[in-house]
Order: sequence, then C-alpha cells, then structure tokens
Amino acid sequence: MGIVFQKPKSITDVPMHYCPGCTHGIIHRLVAEAIDELGIEGRTVGVASVGCSVMSYDYFSCDMVQAPHGRAPAVATGLKRAIPENVVFTYQGDGDLAAIGTAETVHAATRGENITVIFVNNAIYGMTGGQMAPTSLPGQVTQTTPYGRDVKTAGYPVRVCEMLATLDGVALAQRVTVDNVRHIAEAKKAIKKAFENQIEGRGYSIVEVLSTCPTNWGLAPTEALEWLRSNMMPYYPLGVYKDVTKEGAV
Amino acid sequence: MPEKVLMKGNEALAEAAIQAGCRHFFGYPITPQTELAAYMSKRMPKVGGTYLQAESEVAAINMVLGASAAGIRAMTSSSSPGVSLKSEGISYIAGSDLPAVIINVQRGGPGLGGIQPAQSDYWQATKGGGHGDYHLLVLAPSTVQEMVDLVSDAFDLGDKYRMPAMILADGMLGQMMEPVALPEAGEKKLPEKPWAACGHQGKREHNIINSLYLQPQTLEQKIRDRYERYHLIEENEQRAECYQTEDAELVLVAYGASSRIARSAVNKVREMGKKVGLIRPITLWPFPTKAIQKAAKNAKAFLAVEMSMGQMVDDVKLAVQCQVPVHFYGRTGGMIPTPGEVLGEIEKILGGDR
Repeated sequence: MGIVFQKPKSITDVPMHYCPGCTHGIIHRLVAEAIDELGIEGRTVGVASVGCSVMSYDYFSCDMVQAPHGRAPAVATGLKRAIPENVVFTYQGDGDLAAIGTAETVHAATRGENITVIFVNNAIYGMTGGQMAPTSLPGQVTQTTPYGRDVKTAGYPVRVCEMLATLDGVALAQRVTVDNVRHIAEAKKAIKKAFENQIEGRGYSIVEVLSTCPTNWGLAPTEALEWLRSNMMPYYPLGVYKDVTKEGAV
Repeated sequence: MPEKVLMKGNEALAEAAIQAGCRHFFGYPITPQTELAAYMSKRMPKVGGTYLQAESEVAAINMVLGASAAGIRAMTSSSSPGVSLKSEGISYIAGSDLPAVIINVQRGGPGLGGIQPAQSDYWQATKGGGHGDYHLLVLAPSTVQEMVDLVSDAFDLGDKYRMPAMILADGMLGQMMEPVALPEAGEKKLPEKPWAACGHQGKREHNIINSLYLQPQTLEQKIRDRYERYHLIEENEQRAECYQTEDAELVLVAYGASSRIARSAVNKVREMGKKVGLIRPITLWPFPTKAIQKAAKNAKAFLAVEMSMGQMVDDVKLAVQCQVPVHFYGRTGGMIPTPGEVLGEIEKILGGDR
C-alpha cells in the first residue's frame, strides 16, 4: 500500500495552537503544499505577523522571521532585497494587514515588491479576544462593537483586494475561501500562483482568504462556515481582481 | 596612509558604511541627515547595493530588520523625530538579537522641534527609546574622521554582540566639512552568521528570528542571557578620550559637537595656568564609567557640557557616586554653547561661585 495522504514536508511536527474549527490550519496546509510542490522550501523565508498566526514561525519548516505588528511587508522587503534568489512570503491577518500595517501593505504593493502575501480575513481580531477589525461587517457584533458595527461612527470595512488591484505594482490580487472542497482547491491554485509569480519576478501577489473564527464569532464550526457564506461572501466577493498573467502584461 | 579628501560628515559616514560592507540602506527623508541618504542613492547602485526610500521611518527600520535577519549588513539613518518612529523596530531588533546600524543626526526636540544641531536624544539612545529591557551600542563621533572610523566599529561590534548599534551624531557633525581619510577600498571579510534566516537549503533545521516568548520563565532567561552580554560589553568596550586629565582639578565631560567647544575652553584655561581637563566619551553606551572614576580620584569637581537641558550629566553623576560635585552647563533647541560661555562656567566653579 502506498501513502496517498500525509502532512506536507513544509509543515513541522509542532502541535498548532489554533482553536477547533478555525481555518488557519487549512490555509497553513495549502501554503506548505504549494512550497512543497514548487520544491522551494530550502530557499523560502516566511514572515509571521502579529495576531493569531504569530506563532506560525513554529509551524512552517522553512526559515522564519517574526515581524512587529503590521510591518511584515517591510520585513519581507528587507529579506527579499537582501537575497533576491530567496522566496519570501508573509502570512498576515486582517488587523495586521488592513489596519496597523496599511501603509506597509499599500507601499510594498505599489513598489511591486516581489513577495507573496497570504492575507487571512476573518473579520475580527482573534488573538486579543474578538475586537472589531478593519474588515468587520456593518452591524457585526464584536467586543468593541457590542451594539453592532455602526458605520456612522466606526466607518466601513476595507475591501483589500479591490483597493490593491488599482495599483500598478500588483501582479495578483485574488480573493478565495476554504469553506468547501471546491473552494479549497481554488485557494490552493491561487496560493501556488502567488508563489510562481514571485519565482518569475512578476511582483507583489496577494491572496486574500476568507476565514472563520468560531471562538470569537460565538458559533459552532459548521455554523461559522455558514455565517461566512451568508455574510462575508456577499460583502467580499470571491474572484480575481488583478492578474497580470491574464493581461499579457508580463 | 590614504590621501585625505574634504567631505561633509554625512557623506563621509555613508561612504565609510559602504566600505564596511554595507550594501543595503533603507531611509526616509529628514533634515539634517539628507546628504547621507542622497549619497547612498547615488553610490549604492554603483556597488551592486540597494538604496530604498521607504514610505516611513517605521517601514525603513523594519526593512533593516528583514535584511539583517537575512544575515547581511544593513543600515538606516534619520534625525530625532524619525528615530522616535524607529524606536519600535529598534526594540524588536534588540529583542531578536539582530545586529543593525542606525544613524541619528540629532536636531532639536521635542516634537518637530527644530532642524539645528542638538544632543537632546541622549536618553533616548542610551536608556532605550523603545519598550523593554534592552540596550543599544551608542557611539559618539566628534569629527568627520570619527564619523568614518566609528561606522565600521558599529557594524563590527553589532555583529560581534548581535545587537543594534547607533551612531549618535548631530546636525553640526553631519553638515560640516573636514579633511578625512577614508578606509582603503577592498572586499571586507564579513563574519559568518549561522543564525540567519537566509534559506536552510535543506541542510539544517529552520532558523527562527523572533522576539516573542510567552512563558515568563523563558523570557526572563532570554533577557538575563542578553544582559550577560551587556555586562561583557560594559567591561570591555568602554571608550573615552582623556585630554589633560592627569592633574585636572576640574574635569569637563562632553561628547560629540559639544566636546569640540569644551576642548577649546580647556585649552584657553590651561593657557591661564588652570588645571582643567576633558573626558570625551566615545561610547555613550557603555558609558565610560571607568575613565570618569579614575579622574574622580584627583578631581575636585566635574562639569558636564551638553547641547541639551542635561541628560548625559546623569551618567556622570552615577559614575562619580557623589564623591565630588558634578556641575552642568548646556544650551538646547539648536543653540550651540560658545567656548566663552563654557569658560565662564569654568571660572565660576574654580572661583568657588557654585
């Protein structure tokens, strides 16, 4: 009997700390599978951000750097400029990428920094216990929007892929999710493409993954997936917002 | 001995950094360090290096963090308000045991302050501008030649002790021109960095560059280990120039630009037959406590001269340990003390006015 399914090589044996039903585990696996399939683990350096995925430096078996909150794109820029042959990726949540790190994100993107960005959007600050995120939906109840996010006072959520797709330096801006097998397969393809773009020197590639947070949403894992489908997906439509390989631009 | 050339402090420092093997510069425009970044933008492409103008000081220092994590020599330069912004990154660099070189061409503060030379970032540099238990190596040049010489020391010491190093200059040293001998061009042999996140190539376990330790026992141990290194540095790396201190009854203590003025004042009073000397700290951290303590055996008083409201004077007092009085004279906000003003202070102290 041959082995038909196993843990990717690029994932370590360290037990993950993620909550039951959280989709970080799936997304980690997709990133690791892409690294394995491209055979780049030895020359890949990952940048862990601040948030639930802060300890991803223990879970990916490539070299890892832990960045200050929001600064992962700047740290990745330094890593990539230092050794351009290396493959550098960041793994960031919504608070990290779209609130405290907005400047670093927008400027890494507009410079066309040749890095790969995995953006996990679960519409909440998970690690600190469920506060409003830049991507929390209008009306969404969180610890700091106890009466629901009132856009009159708390403003509107940020649609990151749509915003970044307007920038010339961006090679790929795609939104995916991991709520079912078909979507997981699509997410995998997008993530792999984001790494391939870097290897080909095409510039900044971002894959936004709509993700769940059963713990802080106060829902069971299956209910959380349903909440994602009925609330997040209408506000954050899945799709390719920019792909330079489709424009014949490269 | 290489031929001397006339150069601005900022430009001489930049060239010396390149000669020290730095090929990655990340910056953000601010007066009065402008020429340093401009020089880098001109030279780096010619030597196969990277000049990158970041979107902010915050981004620039984190680019340094990333490049340094990859195991190469990287630096950034700024001036006072910009260094405040970099302080977060500097804390992370220290907490991740990474070397890096940060240049502060000081101007007046607080806030936007002014653009004229000052020395009011002494506390920020030596007591930690960012959060947590950590130190920077802080080197204080007083001439354009020293701007050159101390840069390679900053890189070497940073690599040796795996910690960030700061050159604490000021707008006067950055902007002035002096004849300077640059180091001989040539490939410098740089130290191996087996800890770097440069890609393991399947040949070793993965390296992790990190400052997070959620277990307090682990974090405390990490910091204690770092402090063992700091103690070694305090023991071995103190540097100061002692000028006419052998028989001095009054010892001036001044670094950087203000030490030039203090020296003029010392020369003047020596002509008048008065026993006055100068200790010029070259390392501000570690502070040259040993030189101060040695001088305190004979001196009747100390006088700290600074371009601030009195910051380094605290460290002089700690070193003197109340054995003799420690006086202070300073101008701040971009005002520079004159030798005459310092002379007046010296006469007041020697005349017993204070």
